[in-house]
Amino acid sequence: MLLDKLTEQTGSKQWQPKIVAFFCNWCTYTAADLAGVSRIKHAPNIRVIRVMCSGRVDPQFILDAFSKGADGVLIGGCHPGDCHYQEGNYKCLRRFQMLKRVISSLGIESERLRLEWISASEGDKVRVVVNDMVAKIKQLGPLGLPVKYKEWAKEMHVLDSEIAGKEEVYA
Amino acid sequence: MPDKPKLAFYWCAACGGCEESVVDLAEDILFVVDNVDIIFWPVGMDFKKSDVEKYADGEIVVSLINGAIRSSEQQEMVQLLRRKSKVVIAYGACAQYGGIPGLANEFEKEEILKWVYEDSPSTYNEEKVRPLIKYKANGSDVFLPELWNVVRPLNKVIDVDYYLPGCPPSSKLLKEAVLVLLSGKLPPKGTVLAPDIALCDECPRKDTKPTDLAFTEFLRPNLHNIDPEKCILSQGFVCMGPATRSGCGALCVGGNMPCTGCYGPTSRVKDQGAKILSSICSNVEAKTEKEIDVVLKGIPDPVGTFYRYSLAGSILRKKVSI
Repeated sequence: MLLDKLTEQTGSKQWQPKIVAFFCNWCTYTAADLAGVSRIKHAPNIRVIRVMCSGRVDPQFILDAFSKGADGVLIGGCHPGDCHYQEGNYKCLRRFQMLKRVISSLGIESERLRLEWISASEGDKVRVVVNDMVAKIKQLGPLGLPVKYKEWAKEMHVLDSEIAGKEEVYA
Repeated sequence: MPDKPKLAFYWCAACGGCEESVVDLAEDILFVVDNVDIIFWPVGMDFKKSDVEKYADGEIVVSLINGAIRSSEQQEMVQLLRRKSKVVIAYGACAQYGGIPGLANEFEKEEILKWVYEDSPSTYNEEKVRPLIKYKANGSDVFLPELWNVVRPLNKVIDVDYYLPGCPPSSKLLKEAVLVLLSGKLPPKGTVLAPDIALCDECPRKDTKPTDLAFTEFLRPNLHNIDPEKCILSQGFVCMGPATRSGCGALCVGGNMPCTGCYGPTSRVKDQGAKILSSICSNVEAKTEKEIDVVLKGIPDPVGTFYRYSLAGSILRKKVSI
């Protein structure tokens, strides 16, 4: 009984995807705001970062998010032709197309990076996109780069202790 | 003699080009030798590890270490040199960012060993013999260095004081660095001993660089001729200049070839590959996914192009093993 309860509890505390979301100020962030005001419920796995434009999302931000433990990165911008700064979302799209290739050749599934056009009035699309992305990333499982970095570092530490051991012998 | 500062050179996973750049000092090397004692330089002089071990901790004034770290032997040697040296300089692109050897991080260790010892066309190895790390011969143990799974830049293994960028660093930079060290006026720790501005700034074709670029296709220098007067990037060739530190004097552009980024990024950039990807791709003219992909196909190997020297030191570091 107790054991069942324990597994149930730890089961409920199981891994949940962490998704970093870069939403543009003019469209997608406003849409997420609308979703909130309209009390639309969506999965709570996204951490929204407001940027002025999807064109402001430097690929370095995305790689940084992955390397610090994000399981997915979602970028939300204005529909093509609607960018507040005219060209920003196109710039974002072009970088995105190439960055997907780069991350997948470095072993990160390209589905972990997603770009969506969500206009200010599309509160419900926020729900659909977020829920769908969370479901897909749950299927992929954790990316867990910080854990991997620690594992990679182990091979060097083994030698450290070996050398320390040798020095003791010689001393 | 005894008061001359002691200097050590060492090489790890590197091609030897950095050693060559020391020789490239030409007659200036006499100036270096006049002012310092080279106490360790495996490629040029006959010293052993035990010679280094004899020095007191911190007795060597400067160690210039080139090459990435990818084996147990290299790790052990640089840790030894770190202990014995006051100042450690990561010399060249491999020590600074992993360099070309860092591209091995695109593959698993097993993939690499299998290719080298079994599958490559020039290999004849029917019994699939691989070198052993430990082997008993005539009753005693023989050891070989172990290959690590990850290629690392020097600063991921030991504490590094300064960086001399380049593949290899230019003799001018080396000479300036030696002068700075001899003057005793040391720059703040972590300084990259090269100008902190993009290569375009010292590029002889700077004036022909348009304010707005719009790529309709990407060309490759092995298939198309490069106009020797015009900005190489504006002609549609991938030139890493905008995301690369200056200091080389735009040597490659001078030879009518695009910059490949060996000097690494400036201090404001964390990930050179991501930054040049950002800059170049956002200037593609196409606006739909399909059209964009067609243009971007002109860059068949984005990791090898954008991260040619910096993969091991980049944010992601290595292909994530699944």
